[in-house]
Amino acid sequence: MSEVALPSREVLVDIYRRMTLIKQNDERFIAVIKSGQIVAPYYSPRGQEAIPSALSVSLTDQDYICTIYRGFHDMLAKGVPVRMLWAEVAGRTTGTCKGKGGPMHITHPQSGVMVTTGIVGSSMPIANGLALAAQIRGEKRVAVAYFGDGASNIGAFHESLNMAAVWKLPVVFVCQNNGYGEHTRYEVATSAARISDRAAGYQIPGVTVDGNDPLAMYHVARQAIDRARSGEGPTLIEAKTFRFQGHVFGDADSYMLKGEKEAAMARDPVPAYRKWLIKQGHATEASLARLEEAISVEISAAVEFALSSPVPDISELRRDVFAQEMLS
Amino acid sequence: MNATQTPASKPLNTIQAVNLALDEAMRTDPNVILLGEDIADEQAGGIVGVTKGLSQKYGKSRVRSTPISEQAIIGAAIGAAIVGMRPVAEIMLMNFTTVAMDMIVNHAAKLRFMSGGQTHVPITIRTMTGAGFGTGGQHADYLEAWFAHTPGIKVVAPSSPADAYGLMLACIFDDDPCLFIENMPTYWNPGPPPQPGVRIPLGRANILRAGTDVTVISYSRTVADCVAVAEKLSKEGVSVEVVDLRTVAPLDFDTVLRSVARTRRAVIVHEAVKAFGVGAEIAANINEHLFGQLKAPVGRVGAYFSPVPFAKALETEFVPTPARIEAALRATLT
Repeated sequence: MSEVALPSREVLVDIYRRMTLIKQNDERFIAVIKSGQIVAPYYSPRGQEAIPSALSVSLTDQDYICTIYRGFHDMLAKGVPVRMLWAEVAGRTTGTCKGKGGPMHITHPQSGVMVTTGIVGSSMPIANGLALAAQIRGEKRVAVAYFGDGASNIGAFHESLNMAAVWKLPVVFVCQNNGYGEHTRYEVATSAARISDRAAGYQIPGVTVDGNDPLAMYHVARQAIDRARSGEGPTLIEAKTFRFQGHVFGDADSYMLKGEKEAAMARDPVPAYRKWLIKQGHATEASLARLEEAISVEISAAVEFALSSPVPDISELRRDVFAQEMLS
Repeated sequence: MNATQTPASKPLNTIQAVNLALDEAMRTDPNVILLGEDIADEQAGGIVGVTKGLSQKYGKSRVRSTPISEQAIIGAAIGAAIVGMRPVAEIMLMNFTTVAMDMIVNHAAKLRFMSGGQTHVPITIRTMTGAGFGTGGQHADYLEAWFAHTPGIKVVAPSSPADAYGLMLACIFDDDPCLFIENMPTYWNPGPPPQPGVRIPLGRANILRAGTDVTVISYSRTVADCVAVAEKLSKEGVSVEVVDLRTVAPLDFDTVLRSVARTRRAVIVHEAVKAFGVGAEIAANINEHLFGQLKAPVGRVGAYFSPVPFAKALETEFVPTPARIEAALRATLT
């Protein structure tokens, strides 16, 4: 763990709470998919928990995020209610989006989750717009755009960084570099040694950080958020990490290097951080066990809530297409 | 009326009309902002001056010249709109919307539905197009059918300066994303002035000329040709009703079907290529609802199924000419 000034004990434990929520939610989700009770495409964020957890403790509900199809960790870290997330993924009226968006389009403005996109590279241009509104109105809000390493090869990435830099928008670009864009290894598809090097082309700070180190991630994120909030403009963060479940849950991982995933899983950031918290005296085994149990209970209640909620009426096909309901 | 507005008695062109509408919207609502390439006064207020004077009046924060980055322009407009602003984003030419299709089709059009109504995207995308200036295959297409085919986006195509004013105001204050198509070659044609501050409702067609023998349905630039042909035929005793759609999507089928139910003959005219175009959708609806009552097959006139050509001789014939419109109308009468 990094050797810099520590955040408070409350913040340290809060980061762990968010990481644990994401990890447990993922494990339960996979179990429920396997049981056949929910049928949905699932892009697991397992292994990437530390990134949004360590970042989101420096945001409020007034701050915005735009995330992507592999985004359950970003949403949960930002505060989307667990039961509404589950109900949405189950396609129920009680979901965040009344069951009309699904796992790739979770939206929950109350917690600042403004857009979840299924299109690689599309979180960034929209995050700019959220930041632009804040800038024009003189609000101190910050917008965070999450995306993967593959998205940094899309034109919209470059358009967005350039525009944000030219206008000094209060936005933080967070690339979660998990080593693969779909099935293709980073080196095969990406010319830059580090994605953060690309920031130099836009004259903005670019920093690569171990995204599995919550403290390092916390400090880098804090600096970028403070910079954005104080009107100094955008930062590109490259958070290095690894995904434990391949691209989409159920893929065979045949494209991965032998032993690579196993090695990453052996360095699982969630138990590693837990161990560190206890060893350093920031938490006790008993206190963390209580926290974990509470999360488990919350998730169980969310699953039950989701599965017992009603499915949408067919009339929903005519609603929310336009402001005015369609007649046919 | 605002002192800077053109007196209501004076004719004006579409450039002036759109400028007045933007001015009016920005004056009345601080959430209205403009984004686009070259639109601020330092960059001459747009390539034909539609936004001239607005950055001086409302500041460079609200009237922003952007990088040549269509995805970033529309993305910025979407993000700002989600949190309550009413951005007017200019995509200079309609062909350039192709570079921003993901933002327009996957995001602007769908976010209301996909969020279950929690967010919506009240943006207006201004774009100009139209053959006639010898700009060739990538600067003059009418692509409205692509957007009309997308649930969640409105497509508006005014045929006169006064309509451009009233429809632009309606688009800006509409809660759905609107694509607003301006015809470039007729930008400078003068027309009667609009009523200041008055919005023209979206989704409602305008019966521009009443008639009893045949209905011609059109929008944007070709409306003027349809009116001219109607005048010509009236001298032979043929009474042509001209329906100006004003809004392509959602399309006012009620007005179209009521008109055709009376005249029992219909021709649809648009500058876009005929194949798979808006005319096909209208013809299909007429057939579905009025099949037994029609006296002639529904006619369609559109551009040739080719890219917009450069050579003047080709460009002139590529678009629906008055002669082709007249021939299509006559074909329904024989």
